[in-house]
Amino acid sequence: MASTPGPPDQHDPDWEGVRLHVVTGKGGTGKTSVAAALALALAADGGRTLLIEVEGRQGIAELFGIAALPYEERKVATVSRAQLGLPGGSRATGEIFALAIDTEQALLEYLDMFYKLGRAGKALQKVGFVDFATTIAPGVRDVLLTGKACEAARRKGPDGRRAYDAIVMDAPPTGRITRFLNVNSEVAGLARFGPIHGQAQAVMRVLKSPETAVHLVTVLEEMPVQETVDGVADLSEAGLPVGGVLVNMVRPPLLDAAALAAVDGDHREEVAVALGAVGLGGRSRTAATVRAAVEPLLDPLLDQAREHAERVELERAQRIDLQQLRLPTYELPLLGEGVDLAGLYRLAGELKQQGAA
Amino acid sequence: MSTSTTTSTTGQRGRSAARPAGRTPASSLDVDALIDDPKTRIVVCCGSGGVGKTTTAAAIGLRAAERGRKVVVLTIDPARRLAQSMGLTELDNTPRIVKGVSGPGELQAMMLDMKRTFDEVVLAHTDPERAKAIMENPFYQSLSAGFAGTQEYMAMEKLGQLRAADRWDLIVVDTPPSRSALDFLDAPNRLGSFLDGKLIRMLTAPAKVGGRSAMKFLNVGVGLLTGTLGKIFGAQLLTDIQTFVGAMDSMFGGFRERADRTYQLLKAPGTAFLVVAAPERDALREAAYFVDRLAADTMPLAGLVLNRVHSTGAPQLTAERAQAAAEALEENGSQNGSTAGSPSGTQGDASNASPTAPPNASPNASVAASVAAETLAAGLLRLHAERMQIMDRERRTRDRFVSVYPDVPIVEVGALAGDVHDLEGLREIGERLGGRR
Repeated sequence: MASTPGPPDQHDPDWEGVRLHVVTGKGGTGKTSVAAALALALAADGGRTLLIEVEGRQGIAELFGIAALPYEERKVATVSRAQLGLPGGSRATGEIFALAIDTEQALLEYLDMFYKLGRAGKALQKVGFVDFATTIAPGVRDVLLTGKACEAARRKGPDGRRAYDAIVMDAPPTGRITRFLNVNSEVAGLARFGPIHGQAQAVMRVLKSPETAVHLVTVLEEMPVQETVDGVADLSEAGLPVGGVLVNMVRPPLLDAAALAAVDGDHREEVAVALGAVGLGGRSRTAATVRAAVEPLLDPLLDQAREHAERVELERAQRIDLQQLRLPTYELPLLGEGVDLAGLYRLAGELKQQGAA
Repeated sequence: MSTSTTTSTTGQRGRSAARPAGRTPASSLDVDALIDDPKTRIVVCCGSGGVGKTTTAAAIGLRAAERGRKVVVLTIDPARRLAQSMGLTELDNTPRIVKGVSGPGELQAMMLDMKRTFDEVVLAHTDPERAKAIMENPFYQSLSAGFAGTQEYMAMEKLGQLRAADRWDLIVVDTPPSRSALDFLDAPNRLGSFLDGKLIRMLTAPAKVGGRSAMKFLNVGVGLLTGTLGKIFGAQLLTDIQTFVGAMDSMFGGFRERADRTYQLLKAPGTAFLVVAAPERDALREAAYFVDRLAADTMPLAGLVLNRVHSTGAPQLTAERAQAAAEALEENGSQNGSTAGSPSGTQGDASNASPTAPPNASPNASVAASVAAETLAAGLLRLHAERMQIMDRERRTRDRFVSVYPDVPIVEVGALAGDVHDLEGLREIGERLGGRR
């Protein structure tokens, strides 16, 4: 839940003023889906958001059910409050653009933009510089990716207005995020002056400003939560602005507290009676045969309940760890069939309602 | 620790009984046969992040050791508690003996330290003076500190080192959790083509006597290029890079050779790749990519480890029946709540069962207990319905993979409620991998 719960539209979104939303998370936590849902939520009141993918996996195309994205900003969806199941508000339609960054092309674009290389640029390509820079040279990849995101965040249209109201970046996993975002500090240290230095410093200024927020996606399991806690510490230490915690794939508790407590007691016989009473022992008339027929169900059902109780307890402990971070926290439900387009809008609605956008 | 409770569920039934129907792969993956075979010298675990890859590598290492092999496990970036479960508290780039391993074999484990591994390579290939110059170069320091890509190179370098040391008869390797999944396969080639490339000759040329001849093949003047590079990097960084490349020049041959050797090692008989996944759409899509990629490089794929698969001891009770029964119970429960009567329907059973209530229970307490029991039973049934639905979904996801890759052997590993914290947990997973549960 948002840290400041309230009815929808009764409070400002938690990230007013943030232009660049960086979404990280441990592998397997649904980082890409959450990033896409956030992009939808941010556009729900009629804005324009750009969703950026940096790991070359075409996860965005997959989510939106479209063909692989080229290195080009493309409109992938529109969104309205009604589509997110939200009451009232404007009737405006928001637009979501997506960009899958191709590092080679980004490098050429970058070289062209800053150095007007012309023939020398081709020559660089010929001698393998582009290969070298995008695959081997330390950090160049990360410089290009962060640089592109910051460029989009600052870009203005011919009318002098911002090209996008918000940028959402589906960033590398939690374990790598600080180094990824901090790459420009490192580069600025390597190239102590000159154009690279200047560019790196400019990017760092955006990333460390209040216009940026790094959100962490997790699930209620030990390793992802631990990584989230560590990630928050690393980001803070590096002076990067930590955003919120997005708890994904939250399962509703199926047993209430009393039932959970009862699992530990010996209720075998009572449960057997109850199961027999609703016909799970078959149509047999005698108590003994009904009892015998439900017997094979008892241990498996009780075992499953014990596992469930254990998981609920574990999740409770993880929630406490997350609460201690004292960050705005949002919870998104587990979608049984995985996240499809409809699911994405549902998650976006949740985010909007909880104040994340 | 979670293993104990889940053990009891998984222990009670055969896998086939619990996961009926569905497509079956051509064969199931026999992990024990793989690790028992003395000809198996290297097992590489690959897969996307968050599927239990490191845990799988550690569990396979432990199981192999306890079955008599002399094993070293190379982990890349283990979660803290997993590292602790193997007694790894410091990242010192040296294999340490794991205590508490039973049986005839031996288990050592280590965490990869990228920077140290890189330093070792430099030291191995050059004299101390030059090594010092390289290590003090800011460009090198940044490179070795591990930007995207370095981890992949160094993991493979370490594997080569461990294999060359020949102190173990089985090496189990975890791979970096990069999305650019099999980067480590490309590393040797990429390094090779870079080192053979024109760029490197160009970068080294101005620093070398006789460099002029090396530039002849270029259509562009050296001046233009170095000028451009200077413009991009700034003169100072370009000098750093040139110094670095110049100092590394003597060892490039060695580098390349090592990279090639490791690549060949991966393809050689005695190496087995395990693709690790979870029965979820995204993880299996990644797994498919790995399988394709390994095939393209003719790397020996042993099979797919499917982690976190759910199962049940009561497969005969369908989700629909469980759901319906739960609803019926809840209806009864709400009626009984007001009338305090015995369950409707099979009166006989209820009276029959009452003697089993705790003898000291008061009549009121036993009424309350019967209501609670119905609520509890309903909850159990709902849980079961959910479990059956999860299993159904997992089976369909798995089947899609199997229909495209019918020849890939699969082993399914049951889901644990929590994470692994100790050797006992790893052993438990090992047993599941071995299909002994």
